[in-house]
Amino acid sequence: MRVTLFIPCFVDMCFPRAGIAMVEILERLGHTVECPEEIACCGQPAFNSGYWPETRAVALPILQRLRNAEVVVIASGSCGAMVKNFYPELFKETEHAQAACDLASKTFEFSDFLVTKLGVTDLGARFPHKVTFHDGCHGLRELGIKKQPRTLLAHVRELELVEMTEAESCCGFGGTFSAKFPMISTAMGEVKCASARETGAEFIVSNDASCNMHIQGLLDRQGQPLKTIHLAEVLNTR
Amino acid sequence: MNSAAQFRDDAKRLTHDLRHRELIQSALKKYEVARDAKKARYQDWESARVEASDIKWDAVNHLDAHLAEFARNAEAHGTKVHWASTGGQAREIILGIVREKNARSIIKSKVMTGEEIHLNEALEKADMSVVESDLGEYIVQLRHEAPYHFVFPAMHLTRGEISDLFERELGSAPTNDAGELTMIARRALRKKYITADIGISGANFAIAETGMVSITENEGNARLTCALPKVHIALMGIEKLLPKLEDLALFLPMLATAGAGQVLTGYNTMYGGPRQPGEADGPEEFHVVLLDNHRTRLLADAEQRDALQCIRCGACLNVCPIYKNVGGHTYGTTYQGPIGAVITPHLRGLQDWKHLSFASSLCGACTSACPVKIDLHHHLLQSRRNARGQKPLWWEKIAFKLFAVLANSPALWALAKPMARFGQIFHPLVKATRLDPAYVWTQSRELPKVAPQTFKEYWKGRNP
Repeated sequence: MRVTLFIPCFVDMCFPRAGIAMVEILERLGHTVECPEEIACCGQPAFNSGYWPETRAVALPILQRLRNAEVVVIASGSCGAMVKNFYPELFKETEHAQAACDLASKTFEFSDFLVTKLGVTDLGARFPHKVTFHDGCHGLRELGIKKQPRTLLAHVRELELVEMTEAESCCGFGGTFSAKFPMISTAMGEVKCASARETGAEFIVSNDASCNMHIQGLLDRQGQPLKTIHLAEVLNTR
Repeated sequence: MNSAAQFRDDAKRLTHDLRHRELIQSALKKYEVARDAKKARYQDWESARVEASDIKWDAVNHLDAHLAEFARNAEAHGTKVHWASTGGQAREIILGIVREKNARSIIKSKVMTGEEIHLNEALEKADMSVVESDLGEYIVQLRHEAPYHFVFPAMHLTRGEISDLFERELGSAPTNDAGELTMIARRALRKKYITADIGISGANFAIAETGMVSITENEGNARLTCALPKVHIALMGIEKLLPKLEDLALFLPMLATAGAGQVLTGYNTMYGGPRQPGEADGPEEFHVVLLDNHRTRLLADAEQRDALQCIRCGACLNVCPIYKNVGGHTYGTTYQGPIGAVITPHLRGLQDWKHLSFASSLCGACTSACPVKIDLHHHLLQSRRNARGQKPLWWEKIAFKLFAVLANSPALWALAKPMARFGQIFHPLVKATRLDPAYVWTQSRELPKVAPQTFKEYWKGRNP
C-alpha cells in the first residue's frame, strides 16, 4: 500500500522520533511511505480559536495535495480528528465539501491504521518497562480509539501496562487553551501527572505527541523522573 | 469587573487552592463510582441515551405543539398557566399572585429558573420572607451565596463549615454528624412549611399529554412545599416538556443515574392540578409559569438547538475537568459547567459570555456523559467561531493569517526551525519571568526542545 504520512507541525519540530518510528514500522510491514514536504500543519490552532476562514487557508492546500493519496496516516489523534471530523465541518456547504469528506474517509490515526485497517497487532517490539497509557481526548472521544493502542501494547514483549485511574481524563493541553487559561490547564495536568505517578510506571505512553508535550513539560518542571514516549517509538523497539 | 475578568481571577485563585480542588474532586470521584455501578444495571446505557435524545429532540422541535397541549390539559384540571417571555415578566406574574393572596411568607423547593430570574431578591424586595427548603439551597441561602452546582448547591462545603454556619445562624450545637446536621435544618424548616402562604417549586419535566408537572427530589421537601401551602407556583423553562407520561419511565431513572448515581431519586411526584372536588388535601390553587427568557433564541439556532434537550442532571459538570478545578462559583452563571458554557451565551449574550467557550480544552468528557447526547463540546467550538466571526481580535486574525502563509510555504517553514533554535539559546535568560515571550506556558511548564534534526530534515536526508 502507498501510505501518505501526515506529520503534524509539533511532531516535525520537537518529536521527529515518533514520525521516524512510524516510517520504519510502515516500511518494515512492506508499505511505501511518502511524506509530502508541502504539509506542515492541519490548522487546528486557528480552527479552535474561532478563525475558520483563516483555517481554510491552511486546510485547502492540504485537501488538494492529498486528493490522490491512497491512504493517509496521521501521527496524532488530535490532528487526526481535525482532518477526519472537522475538515468536513469546515468545508461544509463549500465547493470543497466532497473533497473534505473523501480525505476524511481515507485518513487514519496511526494505531487505528495498524489495527483496524491493516489488522496488525504484533510488531515484534520489546520494551522491558512498566508503562501506563494516556488516552488523548481527540483520539479517544472524537475518533473512538481506545482498544487499538492497548492491543498493540499487549503484544510488546516484557512490557507491563498498568492503567491509571485518570487514563481518560484530559491532560489539560487543549492547544491554545493552555496559553489562554494556563492556570486551569496546569491544574488539569497536575491531576494527570499524579494519577500516572500512582501507577509506579516508568513511562507514560500515548498516541498523541501533543499531550506528551504538555505532560512532559509539567513533569520536568516538577522534577519527576517519569518520562513520556510516543506509542510508535515503543512499537519500534527491538 | 466584567464577567470574563471575574472568571479569570476566580479561576486563578481557585486553581491554586489545593484544598478546594481536593474537596471537589474527591466528592465527584464518589459520584463517579456510584454512577458507574448504576449505569451497569442498564441492559444498554447507550441505547437508553439514544432513545432519550430522540424523545427530547422531537419535543424540542415541536415545542409549540407540546406547550399548547400541556397548557390545554393543565387548564382542564384547574391549573392556571402563565406565559412569561422574560425574567421580568415571570417575576411580575409571581409577584402578582403573591400580592393578590396577601402572602407574607414563601417556602421554596429547588428551582433553578428562580435563580435565573433572581426571584428571591424580587420577593424580598416586596417584603416577603423567603425560605429555601432543599437542604443544599437552604445552606447557601444562609450563606448569602449562589448555588455552587445546580444539582449539589452546597457541595463545596465541609460538614464542619455547615456546622459552624448552623451554630451562627440557628444557634445549634456544633456537630460533625451529617444526620444531625440534617435534623437541625429539618427542625428549622418544618415550622416554615406550616406557616408559609405560598410554595414555589421548579419542575423536572412537564408532560404534554396529561398537563402534569413532575418533580424529582431526595428530601421530601418539595412534596411539603407543593402540598402544604394554599397556593403552589411551579416556575419552569419551556424546554422541560416531554410528550408522554410513559416517557418518564425512561427519564426518571436516567436523571437519577446520570445526575446523582442513583437507581431512582428518593421521591418522584407528579402534580396534576390544585385540590379537586372531593379531595381532602393539596393546594387550593396551582399556577404554572412557563419561562422563555431567550430559550427561543437558542431554539432558533439549528446548530445548537439540541442544548434545549438538557434535563439539568449535572452529569456534564461532574465529569468536567475545568469544573473540577475551578469550581461552580467561578462561572458566575446560574447554570455552571459545560451546559452553562453552551447556553449562557444564548440566554445572556454571546460577547459577554464567550470566554466560557474558550475556557475548555474541548476534551469532550461532557458530551460522552450527557444522557440526552447534547453535542456540548462541539457547541463550544461553534460559539468560538460565532464570537470571533462577529468580533475578531485583530492581532489574532493577523497572527493566523501569517501562520497560514508560513504553513503553506515549505521554504519559510524550514526557516522556522533555525529561528526557534536561535531563540532557545537565549531563552534561559528570561525563562518563566515576565519578559519571557512564552511566559503563559513556562510559568508552570517546561517548553519542549526543538530537535537537532526535524522530521522534514530526516526525510530530505533520506530522499535527496
